Amino acid sequence: MAPRVGLLVTCLVDLFRPEVAFAAMRLVTATGATVVVPRQSCCGQPAYNNGDRMGACLIARQVVAAFEGFDHVVVPSGSCAGMVTHHYPRLFQDDAEFGPRARRLAARCFELTQYLADVAPLQPPAGPPVTVVCHESCSGLRELGIGRQARTLLARAGATVVEIAAPEPCCGFGGTFCVKFPELSAAIADRTCRSLAATGADLVVGADLGCLLNIAGRFGHLGGGPPVRHIAELLDGPPTAPPIGRS
Amino acid sequence: MTGSIADGPADFRRAAVAALADPALQQALGRNGFAQRRAQAIAALPEYPELRAAAAALKDHVLDHLDHYLERFAAAVEAAGGVVHWCDDAESAVAAVLGVARACGARTATKGKSMAGEEIGLNAALEAAGIRPIETDLGEYIIQLAHEPPSHIIAPASHKSMADVAGLFRAHHRDRPAERPLDQAEILVDEARTILRPAYGVAGLGITGANFLIAESGSAVIVTNEGNGDLTQALAPVHLVVAGIEKLVPRLEDAALLLRLLARSATGQDLTVYTTVASGPRRHADPDGPAAFHVVLIDNGRTALMGDARKAMLRCIRCGACLNHCPVYGQIGGHPYGATYGGPMGQVLTPALAGLGAARDLPQASTFCGRCAEVCPVAIPLPDLMRHWRDEIHQQALDPPRHRLALALWLWLARRPRFYRLAVRAASFGLRALARGGCLTAAPFAGGWTRGRVLPAPTGPSFFTQYRSGGNEP
Ligand code: SF4
Repeated sequence: MAPRVGLLVTCLVDLFRPEVAFAAMRLVTATGATVVVPRQSCCGQPAYNNGDRMGACLIARQVVAAFEGFDHVVVPSGSCAGMVTHHYPRLFQDDAEFGPRARRLAARCFELTQYLADVAPLQPPAGPPVTVVCHESCSGLRELGIGRQARTLLARAGATVVEIAAPEPCCGFGGTFCVKFPELSAAIADRTCRSLAATGADLVVGADLGCLLNIAGRFGHLGGGPPVRHIAELLDGPPTAPPIGRS
Repeated sequence: MTGSIADGPADFRRAAVAALADPALQQALGRNGFAQRRAQAIAALPEYPELRAAAAALKDHVLDHLDHYLERFAAAVEAAGGVVHWCDDAESAVAAVLGVARACGARTATKGKSMAGEEIGLNAALEAAGIRPIETDLGEYIIQLAHEPPSHIIAPASHKSMADVAGLFRAHHRDRPAERPLDQAEILVDEARTILRPAYGVAGLGITGANFLIAESGSAVIVTNEGNGDLTQALAPVHLVVAGIEKLVPRLEDAALLLRLLARSATGQDLTVYTTVASGPRRHADPDGPAAFHVVLIDNGRTALMGDARKAMLRCIRCGACLNHCPVYGQIGGHPYGATYGGPMGQVLTPALAGLGAARDLPQASTFCGRCAEVCPVAIPLPDLMRHWRDEIHQQALDPPRHRLALALWLWLARRPRFYRLAVRAASFGLRALARGGCLTAAPFAGGWTRGRVLPAPTGPSFFTQYRSGGNEP
């Protein structure tokens, strides 16, 4: 039987780039799954990372309840996936009811590229022969331990993947960090932008819209730089929407 | 001018902005190459994961039995003829040091590098008491001349360029020829050495920190690359060690385990050049060594961390790796943190040392990229501990009212998906109306973002608007 997959859209995709969610739906459907989008708002990171543990728990409960009925949950964002898989079980560590439920959900929740490369392998349609550079999100790298997956999928789609010279620590987005410390955030983004641009790639892709908005936003401010897209847009065939922050 | 020094941790953002705009500092930052050298050293140590786990477990064991090891240490020091001073806070620690200095009639005190000494403001206190402190570690000496606090826990003058140092030496070493060349590191090191050498002989007191305190033997272990610490403690008539209580390890072998991680994590060396063990005053058979040995043990907020997960912070062996890998520290150096300890470890430690009210910005100043925890040789989950402080800041309502209001509003909406959807729909509409060429250069409530970035505009109505108009019912 086809697995039922719940899509956690994420609030940034919902507001800024709905095509990412539509692309993710098509990609997951192409693996033979039935994709469902339950009622949802956000994963709770803004509360969790700003000291409102209680608020984070309230939202996390909502997410657990909305998504626990699915065989798998797919999230087109490493940081939101990390929130569910890594932080929900800790939030409910001492909660007799939600602890086990959160742990069960965590075990069945995957970031999009992780799902398409490891869980339900996908052969994406051949895309244009572009040279791309991947921006890794910190939560993808360090909470989920992924990075290879995006490259595998891009290679399958016929893209040439180039790498930045020295691995950069962070793009400076950091959730609400980027508005609390905008100068620092922009300065950190500069380093990332410089090293991405230095690769000469036609396109920057990543799996976290937060990082991508920050990178594209900084490129836009400085005037220049390669176009930036979410990886789902590229894997889904020739993108129709303009790159992030462009018209 | 290099470095922007915050008046205190509360001043963080202003000082950070100034640091970003300081070209000399920007040039000095990231020059040390510590991160690359660490990566090579760790790659050459296949047993690193096991050593790291063992080191964390060792430190946890000591912290779980801290009273026991402190008592053993004190008994061993006393048995060897030394004296232990227990100090709850910076004031009592300073008083203890001054008491020893006065009793031995010291007019000058040589000092090895000690972050604990920095933490309690020792130099200023010595000066105020008419005792001249002379820093013998080159980096510490440089910042002493510049009247600045350290900007890095293992490389205190790393914000200074060679030209800055040459300028300081010309200004302070007045008896040297004015036109001498000072354009090479070796020349500067030589000059500092020549200037400092006589100090060892005249100092009435030699003050050092400790990298480890050995409970079994009552010894203090220091590691240096210059040998200055050894001279400081061996040549002065009285040796005084200032150290935090978390420096305890049971036996010398335990220090050996931590030493294998310390230098590799810090500078990428296999071991620092000198590792010296000091155990009490000179004994009858010893050819030299101090006649008296004192240990000033400071708590200064440390035990307040013992009650919860933040206890893990006391595993810290002060290697500096978390600073060297931090994207924030890498942009601004250590001074904007406005405290003795900068970078991720300081962001966790300073609220305990200086009070959460004054330090409330520090735990917030992280992207939570997680690199610090990844490279920490004793596996301290630094971002998690910063989040702990954020919880406390929020609970005590120490965060700015407009942040609290925004968070409360967002939470109200996020808990009501139906309203949330309407709000997102409206935001999408508004942002698209204001956009030009796919982005916005200014937007209501987005002033933080649009300073230095354009805001990409939504590409169309929100996902849920489009999804529902397709006849779906989420
Ligand atoms: S927190 Fe860890 S990485 Fe940072 S200085 Fe301490 S031991 Fe080193």
